[in-house]
Amino acid sequence: MNTSSPAHKMAVAFARILRGAGIDVPLDSVIVFVSALSKVGLENRDDVYWAAYATLIRRHEDSPIFDRAFAIFWDQLIAVDTATYEQQTESVTLLIDSEDTNNDDSNAAPVDEEENTLTLRFSSIETLREKDFAAYSETELREAEQFMSSLKLAGPPKRSLRLQKANRKGSRHDIRRTMRAVLQNDGEPIERYWREPSTKLRRLVVLLDISGSMEPYARALLRFMHAAVVGRQRVEAFTLGTRLTRITRELANRDPDRALARTSAQVSDWSGGTRLGECLQNFNDNWGVGSLARGSIFVILSDGWDRGEPQVLAEQMLRLQRVAYRVIWVNPLKVSPGYAPLARGMAAAMPYIDDFVEGHSLDALRELTAVIARDSRESTEMRKAVSNA
Amino acid sequence: MSLQSVADVRSALDEHNYLASDGLATAVFLAISLNRPLLLEGEAGVGKTELAKVLAKIRNSELIRLQCYEGIDAAQAMYDWDYSRQLLHLRTVEATGEATSIGAEKLEGQLYSEKFLIRRALLQAIDQHTGVSPVLLIDEIDRADDEFEAYLLEVLSDFQITIPELGTYKATTPPLVVLTSNRTRDVHDALKRRCLYHWVEHPDFDREVEIVKRRVPQVAENLARQVAAAVEALRKMQLYKPPGVAETIDWATALGRLGVGELDESVVQATLGTVLKYREDHERVRESGVATLVKQAFERGLYSN
Repeated sequence: MNTSSPAHKMAVAFARILRGAGIDVPLDSVIVFVSALSKVGLENRDDVYWAAYATLIRRHEDSPIFDRAFAIFWDQLIAVDTATYEQQTESVTLLIDSEDTNNDDSNAAPVDEEENTLTLRFSSIETLREKDFAAYSETELREAEQFMSSLKLAGPPKRSLRLQKANRKGSRHDIRRTMRAVLQNDGEPIERYWREPSTKLRRLVVLLDISGSMEPYARALLRFMHAAVVGRQRVEAFTLGTRLTRITRELANRDPDRALARTSAQVSDWSGGTRLGECLQNFNDNWGVGSLARGSIFVILSDGWDRGEPQVLAEQMLRLQRVAYRVIWVNPLKVSPGYAPLARGMAAAMPYIDDFVEGHSLDALRELTAVIARDSRESTEMRKAVSNA
Repeated sequence: MSLQSVADVRSALDEHNYLASDGLATAVFLAISLNRPLLLEGEAGVGKTELAKVLAKIRNSELIRLQCYEGIDAAQAMYDWDYSRQLLHLRTVEATGEATSIGAEKLEGQLYSEKFLIRRALLQAIDQHTGVSPVLLIDEIDRADDEFEAYLLEVLSDFQITIPELGTYKATTPPLVVLTSNRTRDVHDALKRRCLYHWVEHPDFDREVEIVKRRVPQVAENLARQVAAAVEALRKMQLYKPPGVAETIDWATALGRLGVGELDESVVQATLGTVLKYREDHERVRESGVATLVKQAFERGLYSN
């Protein structure tokens, strides 16, 4: 195919716009996009839109960004003649690149207030502060992270449907292995083999409250979450504030600095208000009850200050508690003398919590790992004792 | 059936009473013409699985369905050996005295021949030599372990399966592959990159009316409009499980069976269980008032008449 065909230019230019907007677009997707364009043509906006959507998007969450990027891209495309089209594309790309450099330097220098740049930044209404971790005592946080990654967050295993070989006689015959043995013994069935269900790690879901009141703790706890995501399998991480943000992918980078930088770029409501109930509802509707939380160990890191209706929070906690294996609430304020769970949100959530623990220091986090490792029956007994008292 | 354009695909789906949005029709068209698997995500009950069934009807081909579940492995998805028959064969050969004459190697060759091969869904889909290539539906891929996706990679990119004892099977014409996911976990990027992606939305009001009319012909137009309007209102109510198209159809069918001419409060009360499956959702609807819901449904149903 001719590399300078309009379809090629269009595909490459649009892919670059998407990348600039934070969507991961691998090269092979662009190639498929080009062949898709050759099938649907370039004339009809809808056809091009859906061809681009089917080939370049792989997550529904990216749809809003994609929509806006496409609108900008297409309007520009039809506004200019094909002859000047190439030039136009370059200018767009250039602006995105300059924005990238800004991010890398992580300085808050204002980006060129040119129209294109503005529209491509997709800044949300809640222009809450983008946090700079460098402002914190870097060495201490690093040391803390080292300690955090040494914590083992296993938790009681869950029975899996997958079968594994058993050493003792069981109820399920492993005919495959028996047969192999038969062949090795010249067709003589001497020994029978068995299989039994294996166990697997329970999913660990961690929700971090990043509202203003949690600010002193959020930095360190985020590092703790990073250590958890990198350190074990089947971890899901979210932040709660005025909205719910899934940060598992961002935290998955082994390099803590990169992971945290990506996360802070992804989260737009640092140190804002808290709507715990609504965020939990969002979680339950879109992720949790569907089955992400089902059978999981569920950890909420929050001080329980909630500006929303306590009723909403209570209702959502109930939903969560029904599907989760265990719900653990980590409250950094718990350690202060005379603390009682009186904050409205905290009080509303209390009846649905299996374990209520501190989270203000490394020792407290170590305690948390012990709680996670505990069998759920102990916790349930504890809850009963608490609710009877 | 020739599907040469997006419009062809849409009208073919239409003929089989599947009303697809522009986006979905384009995605299907591209999946067919580019030979790429199509990954569908969306709320439960929006017609992801149904699409695969309809595609099989349109192409007049077989539908091979692989329902994924936790712990599924190659032996259950690709192929397995029929061990009991192999054992039996061994015994027979021994009893007839044939075993000593043919020699161990040949005997083993006999055991691992196609005669004792159990073809599971993926191998069936690939090893087809007659007629149109089948539609392969890999349902709820998110329920399988992520290790299982690695098996799928080879199958979905090269449409081939290698069996060490027998060699490589390769599809002469690749099957049309539809994968569905309910997003209980993220499907690996490596797999997603081999697929085209589409997020299936709930249909808009007019399309939903049309779907009800097509699927439940015994229901009159005005009732179909009311049902679609009521469901539309329910979806805006922040329910635990907003009703999907499947529930709309169930509801309309139930109403048709009851011989209901139009919605009223008592009918809605009595049949709400076909649409909402959570006690809390029922309560929420009751709190906000069934009468309001019926009223909304009536108004919406009339408007564009």
